[in-house]
Amino acid sequence: MVLLLAFVIMGRGLGASGAFSTAIASGVALAAPDHAAANAAYAAYAPNGPASLLTDWLFIEIVGVTIGGLASALLAGRFRIAVDRGPRVSVRGRLACALGGGVLMGIGAKLARGCTSGQALTGGALLSVGSWLFILAAFAAGYLVAPLVRRAWT
Amino acid sequence: MAPLADFGFVGASTGLLIALGLGVAFGFFLERGGLGNAVKLAGQFYLTDLTVFKVMFAAIVTAMLGLFWLAVAGVVQLPLVFVPSTFVLPHIAGGVVFGVGFVVGGLCPGTSCVSASSGRLDGLAVMGGVMLGILVFNEAFPLIEAFYRATPLGPVTVPQVLGLPHGVMVAATVAAALLGFAAAERLERRARPGRE
Repeated sequence: MVLLLAFVIMGRGLGASGAFSTAIASGVALAAPDHAAANAAYAAYAPNGPASLLTDWLFIEIVGVTIGGLASALLAGRFRIAVDRGPRVSVRGRLACALGGGVLMGIGAKLARGCTSGQALTGGALLSVGSWLFILAAFAAGYLVAPLVRRAWT
Repeated sequence: MAPLADFGFVGASTGLLIALGLGVAFGFFLERGGLGNAVKLAGQFYLTDLTVFKVMFAAIVTAMLGLFWLAVAGVVQLPLVFVPSTFVLPHIAGGVVFGVGFVVGGLCPGTSCVSASSGRLDGLAVMGGVMLGILVFNEAFPLIEAFYRATPLGPVTVPQVLGLPHGVMVAATVAAALLGFAAAERLERRARPGRE
């Protein structure tokens, strides 16, 4: 329903990895402006330098997602500092997996020009060919690798 | 008359407010649905908890059907809705890398924000990882740019490639999703015998 509203109002869907991209590109543009300007991958996401962050649709949307998640958790009395993990994995192991998995997803989302929100949900609803290739490839890879990392979850 | 932004009803700064509002709603429902919990999400890959599949396809089908009927009713101009361009090999390769990352990390970039904002440190670690991954990709971009731009098809849709009317493909996707939901319910019941 939210996704439908986004299409109707803005003519675009939701996205998460794009927001991370803008955050990184803006950060690099702040720390090393020449380096960012010389690399097309940064330039595309921070056209106005570090200030790009504050006017970026997806970044603001992700700030909203974070606020929404916090609000829901607080209202339901669910907010607590914790680490969700499988019964056979240590806290440190889980955090290492989370970081490593995050790195892979960051790279994968960049290659595919979007993640679950931008490609799978948004592109999927628009029946985009690339989005459905992404969905099928991601699930296939997930199921293939799942037995190898069973220890982390069950 | 819609997308509203393309018809001048929504300006740039109003657009950002709407982004915030849509984001809050999205985050709220993700947390409500239990999608901030990595163990629950990972259950998708062991067929013990198919929430990911159900939420994903419910969202896809709702948005797809809604757009379809609004277009039929003449409210939304479908060609003005931004369809992502397809690059066959990068999309498949990205999907594979992403899928492996998902089953190892247990959260996707969007749900990691919800996980982190509801107090989970593993969610924060996934967010950090995603940013690190993007940094690695960007630094390596000059080396992989050729692959990144390989096999372009433009903003094509599945029905266009198959030569079917959009409506037929929408109906087929809805049917597949309904079958999927039924199968998901059965699998979940089998995974949790005696608990209803």
